[in-house]
Amino acid sequence: MAVFPFSAIVGQDEMKLAILAAAVEPGIGGVLVLGDRGTGKSTAVRALAALLPKIRAVDRCPYGCDPEAIASTCEHCAPLKRKGSIKSVLKPVPVVDLPLGATEDRVVGALDLERALSQGVKAFEPGLLARANRGFLYIDEVNLLEDHLVDLLIDVAASGENLVEREGLSVRHPARFVLVGSGNPEEGELRPQLLDRFGLAVDVSTPTDLTMRIEVVKRRDAFERDPEGFCEQWRKEDEKIRRRIVAARKRLPAVEVSDAALARAAQLCMALGTDGLRGELALMRASRALAAYEGDSEVTDDHLRRMAAPALRHRLRRNPLDDAGSGTRVERAVGEVFTQAA
Amino acid sequence: MLAPRDRDPDPSGRDWQRAVQVAALLAIDPAGLGGVRVRAHAGPVRDAWLALLKQLMGVRPWVRVPLSATDERLLGGLDLTATLAAGRPVLQTGLLSSVNSGVLVLSMAERLSTGVAARITQAMDNGEVAIERDGLRERSPTRFGVIALDEGLQDDDGVPDALCDRLAFDIDLRSISPRVAEAAPEMIGISDIEQARARLAATESADHVIDALCGVAMALGVSSLRASSLSLSAARANAALDGNAECTDDDAQIAAALVLAPRATQLPPAETPETEEAMPPEPPPPQDESSSTQQDTQGAMEDRVLEAAQAAIPAGLLTGLLSGLNARRTSVGKSGAPARSGLRGRPVGSRRAQSPRGQRLHLVDTLRAAAPWQRLRRATSGDDSSHTRVLVRSEDFHVTRIRQKTATTTVFVVDASGSSAMHRLAEVKGAVELLLADCYVRRDQVALIGFRGREAELLLPPTRSLTAAKRRLSGLPGGGGTPLASALDAASGLVDALTRRGQSPLVVLLTDGRANVARDGSGGRERAQSDALQSARQLALTGAPLLLIDTSTKPQREAAELSQAMRARYLPLPHAGSTQLAQSVRVVAQQEARKLA
Repeated sequence: MAVFPFSAIVGQDEMKLAILAAAVEPGIGGVLVLGDRGTGKSTAVRALAALLPKIRAVDRCPYGCDPEAIASTCEHCAPLKRKGSIKSVLKPVPVVDLPLGATEDRVVGALDLERALSQGVKAFEPGLLARANRGFLYIDEVNLLEDHLVDLLIDVAASGENLVEREGLSVRHPARFVLVGSGNPEEGELRPQLLDRFGLAVDVSTPTDLTMRIEVVKRRDAFERDPEGFCEQWRKEDEKIRRRIVAARKRLPAVEVSDAALARAAQLCMALGTDGLRGELALMRASRALAAYEGDSEVTDDHLRRMAAPALRHRLRRNPLDDAGSGTRVERAVGEVFTQAA
Repeated sequence: MLAPRDRDPDPSGRDWQRAVQVAALLAIDPAGLGGVRVRAHAGPVRDAWLALLKQLMGVRPWVRVPLSATDERLLGGLDLTATLAAGRPVLQTGLLSSVNSGVLVLSMAERLSTGVAARITQAMDNGEVAIERDGLRERSPTRFGVIALDEGLQDDDGVPDALCDRLAFDIDLRSISPRVAEAAPEMIGISDIEQARARLAATESADHVIDALCGVAMALGVSSLRASSLSLSAARANAALDGNAECTDDDAQIAAALVLAPRATQLPPAETPETEEAMPPEPPPPQDESSSTQQDTQGAMEDRVLEAAQAAIPAGLLTGLLSGLNARRTSVGKSGAPARSGLRGRPVGSRRAQSPRGQRLHLVDTLRAAAPWQRLRRATSGDDSSHTRVLVRSEDFHVTRIRQKTATTTVFVVDASGSSAMHRLAEVKGAVELLLADCYVRRDQVALIGFRGREAELLLPPTRSLTAAKRRLSGLPGGGGTPLASALDAASGLVDALTRRGQSPLVVLLTDGRANVARDGSGGRERAQSDALQSARQLALTGAPLLLIDTSTKPQREAAELSQAMRARYLPLPHAGSTQLAQSVRVVAQQEARKLA
């Protein structure tokens, strides 16, 4: 099935930047997209898959291990490595959907039903977490996810490892993935523990500019009437973005973060009263990724400014005095901190 | 001219015509239009409309979804009988896959839970059902329209917004008399629909139609962009029905009237043609006609479409708009997951539980979970004597999930500072004691937060123990500053924790509202007061019912302000004894509790 091309999404710059930053630097720790209905939240996330450059993985490894860095916990690759007979293949980065109504056995993996029934064999069938290893795990309507699945995800996302103890099986396998969630906050709040796992959070709202609205409707209509043709039309643009991501990943290790930039980030977090170091870390990583994506060799104030809202807005204490959204509060703080320094 | 409905000689006939039009368009392109919300009571009119739609749908699937549909029925799951017979996992198709190309009929859609609605909308958005269940992984394509039968009494509650947003139409059959519906001649037949379906893919829509529809949507304050897209699909379906190769003015007008008008949140500004011209021309499509005439016709068309839409705004909505009230309220704080707990309440499916201690075992699901593994278990256990019995292991256990009316916890926040305490503390304590007794009778839980000096303290975590509560209360000393902000913060925290546990908290705050200790423990009346107001708003955000009892001898302005900030019920009770105090709280608490139930 054709997917709406990333480059054809109208506006929503902050959302696009956050997603691209996560594509450049998975270490940012995931992206949460919250906002109005019908703003193309899930469209953007699904479009991401088409942008990602392929990765090298061990052939037929259910967890898609990196041949250069085989996890000692991978029961498929570890024995192969000892024998020195590892074959690698190029494959697309997994972008795995966790649909509502998924049962726990399919998420963590369980006894292979087919083999159990037909051959009476006890074998492990990897679940969604295994497939998402080294890639992205996408949860649409993340705020409606059942509590026990949320607990499980928080645990696995923290350890990077999935431990299965069920149906007489005992399996441990690598599960490092970037969590991407989307949802409408009106339909339910997100648990704070889960909120905290996301490196970046963006707020999307319906555009109020008529020309932009018309363009959105037109493109969506064109896509629905002829998906293949529409994708073909935007293929070159998507290709450009992909090349930029590849280049940015190469450049990333060399992007400098000056002490001044670090100080600025710390100042900003203090001004906003965000708890812990996570905010600062996310802000620095996101700014570096942005710098790399835009071909800069150093993190500047401009990068910090643009990444401040997505990196920090979900870490603020709710302030009822301020009817303004948390994004506006971050912006205000950015204004204050940056003019002071200037 | 704003209410043409009033002068319409036959509103019932007109409404029915509109409903027939909706049925026809839906039958042409159910998936592209998303569907319709039908406000009507069960009865002859609704039956006549449904029969008409069913007839127009022809052989396409018509799937009814019961309110109680489980994930297994909705999405699909393991077909146990077939699985055991075949010796390999067999998928049972869910309703969302079997409805492909047809319509899904949701009866009593106003009672649909957010969760079920989300599963439906996910399938609508993705054009497929993704199944990751019971060891099965499957994606099956599906495209369908939804008929949401809304029997809700109030104009605006019930059917989840996320679903409504994806349905092109919203019709109200309540004002139509059964005679009209039954006597109406058949205007459209199945052959018309089939021809229109065949034409639909080739039906074009010029850019100015899209521009006009988007412009009208904005003028009517329809924010969601889905509405604009849906109105375009409706215009196209209407063109296909009329046999037009391209959308005409008429098609756009009908689409605007059917799709945009019911969503209006404002009336268009009286005369503002400038907005259209002020727009910078959109990036290319360089059109050959002279742009000035095009803009003229463009403006004229938008006006006509807007007029058509305006005339179709439902009467109820119109009065709301005219009086400046927003008819559509977004429901805030509808919880994503209704409280589930304990042993009492209505069973809603089952869930796995390795140790079902103290919970009700769901026997059927437990056996269902055990069944596929029988052969394997027999093989590995090597116990031949067990061949007549079913081998059930702890991992098979399923317990019944219960959804229950949540239990109330009354949180007392008691001011024991110098200003209050000296003369009122004893009375307040007495009143709280009486209220505690009430709570005990109702099997409610109580919690107690006291504040004085520099900070607030949770004196009693939520409990049912009356004696513990009494002991803590009588041990509460008086005197010192009034750290109101910390007290309200403590209450917010507790309310959050309680809601998360599935309880319904009710907060009763007893104070004179004269804060003089700020949140950080420092003195100063002004800071303290502003901190308190801020915390009060925070507390209001929790959505818990609040009650503020002004305990000062003369009702204070501060307390009234405070109660306003936290949107609390305000009860000034000067010179009241314990009994009176308790009596008043009792009345209000009962009212609030009834609202909660």
